[in-house]
Amino acid sequence: MSDRKLASPGSIYFLLVCLLLYTPIVLLIIFSFNNSTSLVFPLKGFTLQWYVMIFKNPELLKAVGNSLMIGFGSSLVATILGTMGAIAIVRFKLAGRSTFLAVSALPLVIPYVIFGVSLLILFNEIGIKLSAFAAGLAHVIISIPYALLIISSRLVGFPDNLEEAAMDLGASYWGALLRVTIPICSPALLAAFLLCFTISFDEYAIASFLVGTDATLPVYLFSQLRFPTRLPMVVALAAILMSVTMMVMLFTEWLRRIGQSPARKG
Amino acid sequence: MENRRRFASLIGPPSLYLFLLFLLPLGLMLVYSFRAGISGEAHDTFTLDNYRSFLTNSHFHRLLWRSALISLTIAIISSLLAYPLAYYLVFQAGRNRITLMTLLIIPTWTSYLLRIFAWKLILGSSGLLNSLLLLLGVIEKASPILIYSRSAVIVTLIYVWVPFVVLPIFAALGRIDRNLLEAAADLGCKPWEAFLRVTLPLSLPGVAAGFFFAFIPTLGEFVTPLLVGGASGQMYGNLIQDQFMRALNWPMGSVMSLAMLVAVLTLVFILTRISSVSDLVEI
Repeated sequence: MSDRKLASPGSIYFLLVCLLLYTPIVLLIIFSFNNSTSLVFPLKGFTLQWYVMIFKNPELLKAVGNSLMIGFGSSLVATILGTMGAIAIVRFKLAGRSTFLAVSALPLVIPYVIFGVSLLILFNEIGIKLSAFAAGLAHVIISIPYALLIISSRLVGFPDNLEEAAMDLGASYWGALLRVTIPICSPALLAAFLLCFTISFDEYAIASFLVGTDATLPVYLFSQLRFPTRLPMVVALAAILMSVTMMVMLFTEWLRRIGQSPARKG
Repeated sequence: MENRRRFASLIGPPSLYLFLLFLLPLGLMLVYSFRAGISGEAHDTFTLDNYRSFLTNSHFHRLLWRSALISLTIAIISSLLAYPLAYYLVFQAGRNRITLMTLLIIPTWTSYLLRIFAWKLILGSSGLLNSLLLLLGVIEKASPILIYSRSAVIVTLIYVWVPFVVLPIFAALGRIDRNLLEAAADLGCKPWEAFLRVTLPLSLPGVAAGFFFAFIPTLGEFVTPLLVGGASGQMYGNLIQDQFMRALNWPMGSVMSLAMLVAVLTLVFILTRISSVSDLVEI
């Protein structure tokens, strides 16, 4: 039975698509170790020099620093705001709920070029200097819907009588949230934080309008594409980034699954 | 009353943030669209000229139309490629289907910029595809086969979006009651007839959602055209970017952005009419 299944047209097609999806990523990783400045076959020899170059490039390290900083800041803010929003919409069925949901989900569909330039207008009008910080402010907005989604699906998973029990035992409402709700949600909170972090860390379109002279990593990467001699270093950097993001996301997915409602998992 | 106060203090901060840094800038963009310029006297002049020139400039219309066609092509091809994948996962992959679905999604976790960039390296004239074909003797001289063209943009964006298109189709197919298919077979339907008359119609909302999953985000695309599009592959998003970064005609750029925003919101509205949002995210 399994033999027939393996060779079915469906499975062959699936394998083919997977192959296509993974080829560019695998090629990037292979070529990051190739001892040649141009990305062509046949491969020359094995080298780690491109990886060494990364750590000797102050501009690049500064871009990494900027990206880490706004990634950390924006995901922290997005997770906090997302948690507040999620508790509000899951625990209270009050007026204003659906408007909030609609507005907070909008960043998922709005083209980033439009959101980016609208913030450019705002910052110009009120005199906020273009900087990594400005891009971080924007990244909070695009991260909020993801944080909301992850945290509210965790909240749906356990009934609010735990909070009520804590309050019956003398906790204040806010005390119950801090000591009962937040700890129970902690895997989801961490998952939300990590997902928001990878979103910010990878984001190019909005950042390209707002960072001014504080290039973030994607902005720096993009600017380096014009210099063919730096290509191998960029490829090595890309290989590192892809591997790290993939590991972070696998961890996030795992967290999200353990954090999800037992009822839905059956 | 108590509840209302708690609700307000929880929802207040995120609402305020969204208002100040999301709705307010979009509102300000609307104001800018009626201005003559961004500094000095022009800053305070109210005018409808931007809208007038937007409506009469055939270059804008051509590019808007071309972007729509590019997105349409991407959405159609992606849906056609995604349907058999979703079908295979739901009906033939058995117990492994969640694992295999995850396998499809994993590449999308890596940076979108880097994946586009990888395609640039593969398709470029001094790139991998060329050197591979040279090595195998398929071609004799390196030539830019697919790079810097509309097709390069289309191929690259299909690559990016196919996994996302699979998701809603997968969900829609998964919800089909297997008893219906058995009933069709009992009543004498051949498998392909059952597919055409039961499975396909029931999965169409998922297909429509998948179509929009690719159509909506690619409509505003500007990074991929910058990287692999060349002159003929430019899209409407590039025009907006130009108005803000090069031409520095922010009021005109605002009008163009608003036009796109209206188009996108209309599409999103249609999407939410077709399938309920909660159905789309569930796996």
